[in-house]
Amino acid sequence: MNVVNSYVGQPIERIEDLRLLRGRGQFVDDLHLDGMLHAAVLRSSIPHGRIIRLDTTAARVLPGVAAVITAAEIGDPVPTIPLRLVPMSDLVPYEQPVIANGKVRYVGEPIAVVVAESAAIAEDALELIAVEIETLPPCVDTRSAAANQSLLFEETGTNLALTYTTVLGDADAAFAAATTDEYYIRRERFDTQRHTATTMETRGLIGAWDSERQHLTVYGAAKVPFASRGMLAKQIGLPESAVDLIEGDVGGGFGMRGEFYPEDFLIPFAARHLDRPVKWIEDRREHLLTCNHAREFDCDLELLCRRDGTILAVRGRINGNIGAYIRSNATIAPRNIAQFFSGPYRIPNIHIESTMLVTNKTPTGTYRGPGRFEGDFFRECLFDVVADDLGIDPVAFRRRNLITRDEMPAKLATITPVRQQEELDCGDYLQTLDRCLAEFHWVDKAKLKGRLIEGRYHGVGIGCFIEGGGVGPRENARMVLESDGSIAVYVGSAIVGQGLETVCVQIAADALEVPMERIRIFHGSTTYLHAGFGSFGSRSTVMGGSAIIDAAENLKKAIRTAAALRLNCAVDDVLLEAGMAKSPDGNVVGWTDLASENLRADGTFFCDRRTYGYGAHAAHVAVDPGTGHVEVVDYVAVGDVGRIINPMALRGQIVGAIVQGLGSTFLEHLVYDEDGQLLTGSLADYLLPTAIDYPNIRVFDQEEYPSPNNPLGAKGAGEGGIIPVGGVIANAIASAIGVQPKSLPLSPSRVWELMNP
Amino acid sequence: MKLPRFEYASPTTVQEAVALLAASNGTAKPLAGGQSLVPILAFRLAAPSLLVDLRRIAGLDTIAIDDAGVHLGARVRWCDIEADARLATAHPLLAAAVTHVAHYAIRKRGTVGGSLAHADPAAELPGIAIACDAELTLVGPSGRRSVPAEAFFLGPLTTALAPDELITQIRLPPWPSARRWGFQEFARRRGDFALAGVAAFYDLDSAGHAANSHIGVIGVDDRPRRLTAAEAVLNGRTVDANAITATAEMAARIVDPPDDIHGTARYRRALLATLVERALTGAPAKA
Repeated sequence: MNVVNSYVGQPIERIEDLRLLRGRGQFVDDLHLDGMLHAAVLRSSIPHGRIIRLDTTAARVLPGVAAVITAAEIGDPVPTIPLRLVPMSDLVPYEQPVIANGKVRYVGEPIAVVVAESAAIAEDALELIAVEIETLPPCVDTRSAAANQSLLFEETGTNLALTYTTVLGDADAAFAAATTDEYYIRRERFDTQRHTATTMETRGLIGAWDSERQHLTVYGAAKVPFASRGMLAKQIGLPESAVDLIEGDVGGGFGMRGEFYPEDFLIPFAARHLDRPVKWIEDRREHLLTCNHAREFDCDLELLCRRDGTILAVRGRINGNIGAYIRSNATIAPRNIAQFFSGPYRIPNIHIESTMLVTNKTPTGTYRGPGRFEGDFFRECLFDVVADDLGIDPVAFRRRNLITRDEMPAKLATITPVRQQEELDCGDYLQTLDRCLAEFHWVDKAKLKGRLIEGRYHGVGIGCFIEGGGVGPRENARMVLESDGSIAVYVGSAIVGQGLETVCVQIAADALEVPMERIRIFHGSTTYLHAGFGSFGSRSTVMGGSAIIDAAENLKKAIRTAAALRLNCAVDDVLLEAGMAKSPDGNVVGWTDLASENLRADGTFFCDRRTYGYGAHAAHVAVDPGTGHVEVVDYVAVGDVGRIINPMALRGQIVGAIVQGLGSTFLEHLVYDEDGQLLTGSLADYLLPTAIDYPNIRVFDQEEYPSPNNPLGAKGAGEGGIIPVGGVIANAIASAIGVQPKSLPLSPSRVWELMNP
Repeated sequence: MKLPRFEYASPTTVQEAVALLAASNGTAKPLAGGQSLVPILAFRLAAPSLLVDLRRIAGLDTIAIDDAGVHLGARVRWCDIEADARLATAHPLLAAAVTHVAHYAIRKRGTVGGSLAHADPAAELPGIAIACDAELTLVGPSGRRSVPAEAFFLGPLTTALAPDELITQIRLPPWPSARRWGFQEFARRRGDFALAGVAAFYDLDSAGHAANSHIGVIGVDDRPRRLTAAEAVLNGRTVDANAITATAEMAARIVDPPDDIHGTARYRRALLATLVERALTGAPAKA
């Protein structure tokens, strides 16, 4: 009898944990190459200015210094960092040069790289470089940027790099027609603060140049090694085949880590320039100053509904403070915030302009749930303000406007200039709302709204969300039958600490019907496959897992074909079972015996339709009016993520995302002063949530609506947990203190100020 | 974030250490637990020529309790204070305050002398020193001197300690067992530097009125300070809700809190009133 594996769906312990918990992971700083040098980067301390003089003489002669690299050594033209996914010619003038070239536009921008025998000597040498910068007035907020009084890029004549327009129906016509008392209009402003993913492992790179083979190897790749290889090869003037990016263990990604940064060029360049391996490990101050920032948006939005709460239209403007340059994925959050503004709700008429304004701050990129966390905060706060004013229960307001199962698939607004239109694939949004209310005991807890109990005000909030995932266009996998009968699986998805090795092994073992122990996973590095697409947009399991299934089918075909010759039967008659091939007449050949035939198979999965997970979160908070402290007394998250591959790994993703979201809501803030200096340059001032801060989180995952768009039925699930947190908490606080927060983060000082205007 | 170059010495006596400091003309720094100094070096905010490591000097790590009070050696760590069961009665205010100092790993290394010398306006021990009329012993090339805490803290990260002097101990005067006290601190996360903190105590006179009240505050001014005007409001009164509110209001009025990225001055003032109120309200129950 054929025993079919069922690893998929089981809460299998992560196979990477034993290695990582014993300190046997291999992160980039664990690598030491013979003759390796160390780099340190001189960064601008001026937010906006022209480099008048750059004198590196004293640094070059410091004992132990091998080289100082500036724009002059790199040569003209200095390469820039392109957009990774959707190239846009309008944005080319705003691309970041890999090293400051004449002008500096943010504090932290690389001006020179010192390469020395040790990192300490390299840092000593930084202090010997003389830089003279003629300062220019900085723009730090969207208002001053939009005024164009100080231009970051004189040649474009504007700080407005791009405006996205998101349209569904005809919002202006809807507003114009709303002339009677039957309608209600509310206009509000909200904003979210600049913060970002703070990975436990900072960025780091080792470049190694093999002058004999004319081959460049870069260690420390993450997220999208193949795309980064393409960029680097082009910038450095080598064919892609002469460049390899190697992915080891990665201590967190969250969208930030693994995008292409200036150092991704500078360190390999230095290695080739010196013909010695060069290591650079980002320190925490550099991390806070230079990694892609995120989330700094403000909005002015107007909502039109009937007095019964039926939403008719939303229109307005969202401004994105995207920092000094357009880096490799700067367009994603400004696009998502408008394109997915409606979330799981039926908003028949939408017209939102979302801008990308350049400012003299660190450039921005994606952070888990990019544009979605911010947009959900705006939307859910706006809903509660409207519902409260109309005397409608916040749950009833949402229930009235959620898209129903029968309306699926449901089209979202179209966004230009990319002309993209998405549709929600499937699901029952009302069901997750109802389950969330039930698990939370909403009916009982709602009675606590605004009540002062033992010195603290209690409140509850609820919000619904969608999570777009499974971003295409495709992913590749390869399987090789090894001589011991094990199967090596190579996949283009990248590991960023999300448990993907385990998930891929589960999928591969089930597809091949062999024990998990027979599968070995190789991921990410460009040496394994001709192309791979990586891990972003909650895609690695959906796309990589589906590619593995395709490869498994092809490998099984290859095994059957080889076995048929040995067993003297037709290919279709070969039965594969528990690592054996059998003929109808009972003859058997083991896979181990077939390994000598060099059996291998490739698999590819194509998909241009995203998956949409969804759910609802609810929070109960208690606010101390004496200190402004907010305790999260209870937090319930219900999410439907399609088919669940590993409930334990999924749960870790969701809880982690919620805690990150609570950090975003209460703590994390990259504060700049009005002169463009970052004030939060260490973890003593940039506050992260810790294990003891938010212990009361309850997660309920379900798989009622598998995705129709991939063979696994899986949906992206890495980001959903963070998306609704800001709005849900803000609304819970509003219900406790009777004042609606409109800005994040909700620090004790700010909560107290709301209560004591 | 690599440390700048420096020379290193680990003398075995206080005299030797002081001689090394004196010989450097103010360019040397003593090193104890390193919990403030090492980050400062890593950020390259300071580049001393020589670090004088105090780890081999005997006798600096003892906690002694006698009729003169509690004597903490300069190299006593926070975890040593936490582990010393005698302090629960010998100085409960100190014991309570130390639980708010940073995090486990830092409490394993951070020292009494280091905290006093660093003089962060939001740090706990300087606040306890001020609240309790502590006396610091400093040793320099010309010998030993005693400095009252009140005269030691001069401003943010600024003290009366000369570059060639070492703190060897701090003495907290004896603690009467009937004393009423409270310690309240509020930080954005447990272990962070305080947005505001209060160390308060008072005794009861024969009429049952507050006497000898001491209210020390941290995080709300450029240095830890005692709020004598607020103490005056409390002294001589029955400690009831009215007296406590009046004291808290006075406390909030007379401090000059900073306006920074973690909170507005207006907020910190109100927070201080809350904490004074809670420190005094909780006080009788803990006596």
